[in-house]
Amino acid sequence: MSTHVVGPWRAALIAVENHWTWYRRNWRATVISNFLQPVLFLLAMGVGFGSQVREGAATGGHPYLVYLAPALLVITAVQNAVFESTWVVFSAFKWQRTYLAVVSTPVTPAQVLYGQLLWIALRLAAGITVFLAIAFALGAITSPWAVLAVPFATLAGMAFSAPVVAFAATREKPDAFNAIFRFLVMPMTLFTGGFFPLSQLPGWLHPLAWLTPVWHGIELARGATFGTLGVLPALGHVAYLSALVALGVVLGRRYFRRRLAV
Amino acid sequence: MSDPAANVTNVTPTLVHAKGLTKHFGSFEAVRGIDVEVSKGEAFGFLGPNGAGKSSTMRMVSCVSPRTGGELRVLGMDPETDGPKIRARIGVVPQQDNLDTELTVRQNLQVYGRYFGLSRSAVRAKATELMEFAQLTERADAEVEPLSGGMKRRLTIARSLVNDPDLLLLDEPTTGLDPQARHLLWDRLFRLKQSGVTLIITTHYMDEAEQLCDRLVVMDGGRIAAEGSPSELIRRYSTKEVLELRFPPGEQSGDEVRDLAERVEVLPDRVLLYTADGDAALAAVHARGVRPVSSLVRRSTLEDVFLRLTGRTLVD
Amino acid sequence: MTNETSTDLPAPSPPVTPRHGAGLLLRVVPPGLYAGRAHVLVERSYLVSRRGWMSVISGFFEPLFFLFSLGYGLGQLVTTVEGPGGPVPYAVFVAPALLAASAMNGAVFEATFNLFFKFKYAKTYDAVLATPLGPVDIALGEAAWCLIRGGLYSAGFIAVMLGFGLISSPWALLALPACLLVALAFAAVGMAAATFMRSWQDFDLVQLAVMPLFLFSTTFYPLSVYPGWLQAVVQWTPLYHAIELMRALTTGYVGWGALTHVAYFAVMVVIGVVVAARRLGKLLLT
Repeated sequence: MSTHVVGPWRAALIAVENHWTWYRRNWRATVISNFLQPVLFLLAMGVGFGSQVREGAATGGHPYLVYLAPALLVITAVQNAVFESTWVVFSAFKWQRTYLAVVSTPVTPAQVLYGQLLWIALRLAAGITVFLAIAFALGAITSPWAVLAVPFATLAGMAFSAPVVAFAATREKPDAFNAIFRFLVMPMTLFTGGFFPLSQLPGWLHPLAWLTPVWHGIELARGATFGTLGVLPALGHVAYLSALVALGVVLGRRYFRRRLAV
Repeated sequence: MSDPAANVTNVTPTLVHAKGLTKHFGSFEAVRGIDVEVSKGEAFGFLGPNGAGKSSTMRMVSCVSPRTGGELRVLGMDPETDGPKIRARIGVVPQQDNLDTELTVRQNLQVYGRYFGLSRSAVRAKATELMEFAQLTERADAEVEPLSGGMKRRLTIARSLVNDPDLLLLDEPTTGLDPQARHLLWDRLFRLKQSGVTLIITTHYMDEAEQLCDRLVVMDGGRIAAEGSPSELIRRYSTKEVLELRFPPGEQSGDEVRDLAERVEVLPDRVLLYTADGDAALAAVHARGVRPVSSLVRRSTLEDVFLRLTGRTLVD
Repeated sequence: MTNETSTDLPAPSPPVTPRHGAGLLLRVVPPGLYAGRAHVLVERSYLVSRRGWMSVISGFFEPLFFLFSLGYGLGQLVTTVEGPGGPVPYAVFVAPALLAASAMNGAVFEATFNLFFKFKYAKTYDAVLATPLGPVDIALGEAAWCLIRGGLYSAGFIAVMLGFGLISSPWALLALPACLLVALAFAAVGMAAATFMRSWQDFDLVQLAVMPLFLFSTTFYPLSVYPGWLQAVVQWTPLYHAIELMRALTTGYVGWGALTHVAYFAVMVVIGVVVAARRLGKLLLT
C-alpha cells in the first residue's frame, strides 16, 4: 500500500475533506436529528418526566435530569451513528456509487473506509459537544469532569459504528437496516442503564447489556461526571470499546476491499 | 372536436387525431402546435433529437398529461374527460422502465393486469403467456432489479400488453440496449404490428425508424419539421446517394467540388456530396485533381434527412 | 435469437373497461381521477409485504420495547402518576400513550417515507397512472393499506396490554377503532405533507414535527407538569387528543369529551385526503 501516491492518513483526510464539502451543502438535513433531537429528549425525559421522579438511591442521589444527562450523551452518539453507518455507507456503494468513483483514483478501498470512519467520528464528537453545551446551559451538567464524556461517548459511538459499517459493506439490499435500528439500537437505548439503573431489570438481562457498547459508554460517561470512576474499570471499558472498533476496522477493510477492488 | 364525422367516414378508423396540439410547462413550450393522424394498424414514428417534444406528445396521447391547447382525440375520445376509458385500451412503454421493483417478474404482470380490472385467474394466465412472449419464463419468480437492461425492457413491453391494447405507445423502446436485445425487441414489435396492433414509437435511431415505421414525422423544437414514409422523406429531403470524401482536418473548404453535387456539406475532416450518382461524382472529383485520403459512396439514409432537418449542433 | 420461433403472440382477451356504478366517490370525484379500483393497490402492498414479512412483524416490537422499558424500568422510579380518574401505576399511565404514539408513528412513517419513495424514485405511480386508475385510487389504496398494517400493530399492542393487566375497562374494545381513526388522520396529513417534499432532506422536517409530538404530548408525564400557558398549547396538538382518548378508553373514564377528540381527527382526515388527492393529481398528471 506504501507504493501509492498518497499515504493512508493523507488519503483519509482527503476523504474527510470530500465529506465536508458535501456536508457544507447538505448540513440542514442533519441538524434536527443530530442536534435538536437529543435536546428535546433531554427536556422531555430529564425535565418533564424527571419532575415525577424522587431523588434517591436509584439516581445516585442526583436529580433525575443530572442523572440522565451523561448517559444521554452516549445514547446520542450511538443514535447519530446509526444512519451514517448504514444508509449512507450502503448508498455510497450502491446508489450514489461514490466509493466506486473514489477507488478509481489512487485512493485504496481501506483508505475509503478510514475516511468514512474518521468522518463519522468527527460528526459524533461535534454532535456530543454541542449537546453537552446545551445540557450545561439547562443545568443538567454540574461537574466540569463531564467534558471527559465527549471522548468516551465518541468512542462508544464508534464501537457501534465500525462493525456496522463493515456489515453495511456486505449488504446488497438495505432491508436489514431497519432491523438494526429496532432490534439493536432501540434496546441498547432503553435497557442499558441510561434511563434507570440496570439493577431494576431481571438478572438474566444484565450480561446482554454488558455486551453493548452503550452500557460501557454510559459507565464511563457517568462515572467520569460523578467522580465515581475507578482506574481499572475505566481501562476495562475503554479496552472493550477499542476492541470493538478494531474488530470493525479489520472486518471493514476486508469487506471494502472485496467490494471495491474488483 | 370540430369534425367528429371524420372518424366515421374514413375507411380505416383514426386512432389518434391531433390538431394544433400544444403543451407548455410554465413558460417553456415543449410542443408548439402539431397536427398528427394515426390510422388503425399503422406503425407511426416520432423522430427527433432530445428535447424535440416527442415524450411530451406521447404523454398527452397516453392521457397522463393534460394538453395545454389544441385538439386531441384518442380512440375517438377526449383524454380530458375519458382518460380512464382510453387508458383501459392502450398500452404504454415509457422511456424509462418504471417496473415495480418490489415485486417479481410474474407479480409485475399480474398486479398490472389487476389495475385494468382483469380477474385473478385471467391475470395468472395472461402473465404466463406474456412471459413466454418476452422470453422471461425462466425468470418468472426473480426480482426485477438484477435483470439486464434488455430483459427489463422486454418485461415493460410485456406489461404494456396485459390488457390487449388497441394502441401501443413506445417511448424510445430500444435506447441503451445492446444489438442483440434491440433485434429481439424489433422482432417482437414486428409481430405485434402484424397481429393488427397499432404502434406509435418515438426514437432517435434512424435504423429503428426505417425498420419499424410505415409513416413518421420528424420533430424539432416542438414542431413537426417533415412527415411521410421513410422512403418518401429520403426522396424529398436527400438525394439517392451520398459521396463521402475524407481529408486531413482543415485542408478542404469544399469550394473545388461545390458544383459537382446537388448539395455539399463541409465537416472538419470530411466533405459530403449529396448526389443521384455517387460514382459519377467521384470520377468528376478525381478528374479535377482533388485527392482525398479516402472516399465512400453510400445510399442516402433517414439519418441524412434527420441531420438536414434538425441540424448537426448538439441540442442539450 | 435462435429460439424465437417457439414463442407465440398472446391471444386477445375480451376488452377491458373501467368499472361502472362503483359507489358514491365515482360520482363525486371528477372522471379521470378515480376509477373505483383502489383495492388493487392494497393487493399490491399485500404482495410486497408477504415477501418482506420480517420487516412488517418487526414494527410491532418497537412500542413493546418502550412499554417494557418505561413501564417497568421507569415505573420503579415513579410509583404513581395522576391519571384520568386519580393516581395510577406508571405502566397503566404510559401504555395507552404508547399505543396512540405508535399509531401516529407508523402512519406518518408509512405515509411520508413510502409515498415519497414510490412517487419520486421508484416511479411506481407513473406506471399505475398509465392504466385506468387515477390519483384518487392511489391515495385511497395507500391510505387503506396504512390502516390495515397499523390496525394489526395496534391490535397486537392492545393484546399485550391486556395480558399485563393494563386494561381495566370494557371501553377498551373501542381502542382499536380509535387507533384506526388516529392512524388514518395522521396518514392523510402525512401523505399530503409528502407531496410537498422535494428531497430526502425534507424528512428531517417530518421528524421535527413527529418527535416533539411524541415527547411532549403528555406521553411520559401528566399535563400538570407544564405551566398554564404551555398546557393550553399542548391541548391543541393532535397526539395529545389521541393519548387522552386512549387513556380514557383503557381506564374506563369516558366522558362526552371523547367526542371532541373524535371530531378533531375527523377534521384532520378530511383536510389530509383533500389536499393529498389534489396535490397528487397536480404532480403526477403534468
